[in-house]
Amino acid sequence: MASLSSHNTLKDITLNDVSVGYDKCAVVQGASFTLLEGQIGCLLGPSGCGKSTLLRAIAGFEPLMSGEILLDDELISNHQQMISPEHRHIGMVFQDIALFPHLTIGQNIAFGLGEWSKGDAQRRVAYLLDLVGLSGFEQRYPHSLSGGQQQRVALARAIAPQPKLLLMDEPFSGLDAKLREELVPDIREILKHEKMSAILVTHDQMEAFAMADQISVMDAGKIHQTGSSYQIYHRPETRFVASFIGHGDFLPAKVCGADCVHSDLGTIRGKLNHGFADNTEVELLVRPDDILHDNDSEFMGVIVSKWFRGSHFLYRVKLASGKIVYCFVSSHHNHSMGEKIGLSVNLDHLVMFPK
Amino acid sequence: MSDATLSLVKKAKFNWLKAVSISIAAILALPIFVVLVNLFIGDGEVWLHLYRTVLVDYVTNSLLLMLGVGVGVLCIGVPCAWLTSMCQFPGRKFLSWALLLPMAVPAYIIAYTYTGILDFAGPVQSFIRDLTGLSYGEYWFFEVRSLGGAIVMLTLVLYPYVYLMSRAAFLEQSENTLEVSRTLGYSSRAAFFKLALPLARPAIITGLTLALMETLADYGTVQYFSVSTFTTGILRTFYGFGDIAAASQLAGMLLLFVAVLILLERYSRHRIRYHGSGMKKASHRRIELKRGAALLVSVFCLLPILFGFMIPAAVLAYWAMFKAELPGASFLQLAWNSFYLAALAALIAVALALVLSYAVRLNKSRSVSISVSIAGLGYALPGTIIAIGTIVPLAWLDHRIIELVKEYTEGRVGLLFSGTLVALLFAYTVRFMAVSLGAVQNGLGKIKPSMDMAGRSLGLSPYKVLTRIHIPLLKSSVLTAILIVFVDVLKELPATLVLRPFNFNTLAVRAFELASDERLIDAAPASLMIVLVGLAPVILLSRSISSPIEHSK
Repeated sequence: MASLSSHNTLKDITLNDVSVGYDKCAVVQGASFTLLEGQIGCLLGPSGCGKSTLLRAIAGFEPLMSGEILLDDELISNHQQMISPEHRHIGMVFQDIALFPHLTIGQNIAFGLGEWSKGDAQRRVAYLLDLVGLSGFEQRYPHSLSGGQQQRVALARAIAPQPKLLLMDEPFSGLDAKLREELVPDIREILKHEKMSAILVTHDQMEAFAMADQISVMDAGKIHQTGSSYQIYHRPETRFVASFIGHGDFLPAKVCGADCVHSDLGTIRGKLNHGFADNTEVELLVRPDDILHDNDSEFMGVIVSKWFRGSHFLYRVKLASGKIVYCFVSSHHNHSMGEKIGLSVNLDHLVMFPK
Repeated sequence: MSDATLSLVKKAKFNWLKAVSISIAAILALPIFVVLVNLFIGDGEVWLHLYRTVLVDYVTNSLLLMLGVGVGVLCIGVPCAWLTSMCQFPGRKFLSWALLLPMAVPAYIIAYTYTGILDFAGPVQSFIRDLTGLSYGEYWFFEVRSLGGAIVMLTLVLYPYVYLMSRAAFLEQSENTLEVSRTLGYSSRAAFFKLALPLARPAIITGLTLALMETLADYGTVQYFSVSTFTTGILRTFYGFGDIAAASQLAGMLLLFVAVLILLERYSRHRIRYHGSGMKKASHRRIELKRGAALLVSVFCLLPILFGFMIPAAVLAYWAMFKAELPGASFLQLAWNSFYLAALAALIAVALALVLSYAVRLNKSRSVSISVSIAGLGYALPGTIIAIGTIVPLAWLDHRIIELVKEYTEGRVGLLFSGTLVALLFAYTVRFMAVSLGAVQNGLGKIKPSMDMAGRSLGLSPYKVLTRIHIPLLKSSVLTAILIVFVDVLKELPATLVLRPFNFNTLAVRAFELASDERLIDAAPASLMIVLVGLAPVILLSRSISSPIEHSK
């Protein structure tokens, strides 16, 4: 097939400035990212941010308003043409699992293997059942399986025809917390073992951190930042990413040099992300783990609330300025409400946004 | 990706499915439209005449009938539902599904049967005369063919609506709710009246309105018992006086009664959703009854089945086998007419239901969903209204065609629509569209949109998604829909009576005619056949009420 693409570097899936929408109202605007072969990507964002719509566009269920999607350097969608879903070789796993209730587990997994020889298909089904830990379930029907088992079958069904890419739309949100904790690492291991490129959609950052090599944070139809979990947590590029990922507070601060700011918690030195001019009023991101309990510190705060979290306490501490910040303290230090504790800041990278 | 082809993005092409579904709705709404128009444009003189002569009678009798049947179905339906769902007594499992059996018996058939048993020449009165030596006029025996008799007959076959709805409501009430009321100091008796009953009230009212709609729609019973109601009035005006305008106006008036019931039903259905706890309770302990009470309860629940099904069915079977004089050939002809008509109507109704259901699934537009609700309106309409609403426009159309043909050619044509099976099939489709729509949509709803997408992403074309996923999954709901419509058509009397082609008889019509000629016993084979066929959907229904909730215990 003739490729309409001008790109020639080897990469698995590329979105260039993709907009998707209904009736001229764009649900996703200008989304771009590239996911390398064998990597697991994630679209992370609050509900209604357009992440599922973008996934459906990649699968071929939504036409594009503009931009293009390339798979293995071949164009699969732009605003004029698209390859229909059944010809894309893209597998998909759904939130509501969507196993076919009239078929056995074995028939479900073999569903996409229509063109394989019977023997090959049988071997593939047996291999996948073993891979997802459900050997012996081949003759059972979906309704007799638990939610977690059904989701494993759905995964096996989706990767059976060896798709070029696997899409997963909130695959764990229908399962309870305990099951999710077991299933997430299992599925990551299976995907890595099969060297399967995959894109996961979720609103749960812990799930994203546990599964993905590369996370794209979305809000209101736009991708704010694409990077590793470390990058989006520690080097958020927009205020939305900074506040959506993890706990965080914004401290008012003033730039006092290339690597230094004044704040309620004193003068802080670190590597600057952005070149703000001196004396610019900014907001400095502080994570609970950036603030240390330090009895020698001159900066004091009053504990206004606390949660016991096993290995540590999460305190909310009111500073002299009235600003309240989160702070992790080892659970050996059991302070009571209203008590004053000393605080210091330990920041490597200063993450700041203009006020 | 050698097999992949880039296809152009399809831009807003003409939406056939949408256009077709809107047309279907428009055509199916025709009878209601005709009746409504007649109600509003009718001239005052007809009104005045109706008012002076018969209207008061019709309204009074219809209201009394509804009142009597309403009280009757509540007194049987609600206690039976509560007892079978909340208490433990011998035979509970059997009784809880057998209480549905009277649904299989059309009201007019139970009316013929009891008349045959209880009238002057019947076995009961003969037995009394033999026993006492009294003769005609010397003893009192109640008159079956009366308003009271009609109320009893209709109650006996219509209580299952109330039973079914309120049983579902009682079963769904979470045990927690009732336990909370106990911890707050209510006795279990008080908890029933203050909590269980009010919680079930919307469901009970829904069941009641369904029973009352059937009461209003009934023609066979009241006609046979000479009780003047709207339905008998409409047909008498139509046949006896040939006065289509007056008949339409009466039909329109009846429509107003029905409209009130529909509104009531919609409102209480809405409340069911509001009241429903949504929680499936994990376990459910029934109240163990003491020996004497348990026996009493068993007998109480057995009585409606005995009188509503067992006695009439047994008597019909006896008559049909040993007494009836009906030549086999003519019976076969009747059965064949009924069956192919019902099958044809069922296929049409279900095919249209499939089109409408897919139109809703594939278009999120408002116009489609409104069309579907309009297409389903007919379920509430009495057969007489639909018959009038069908014959009036079709006869008009036929006469226009005849005139046209006369004008341009020498040839002559007969009545193409109004005098043929077309009219009959059209009326059945209007009346039973909602039934088939319900069953089909229920089935289609179980095929989640993600299953379509899963199929596509596994390499199926849209057509293959239909053949490999939808058809296997829809098969049973489509068969259910066909079965239900089939049976309903078989039982339908007034519309068939009005619209059938000349000399075309069905089982229901023949039973009605024989009964009207006082040949009750000869009507038995046809009646029995209708009851037996009517059992099929009742069995389906009883399986579905006993399986999901009870098996999980």
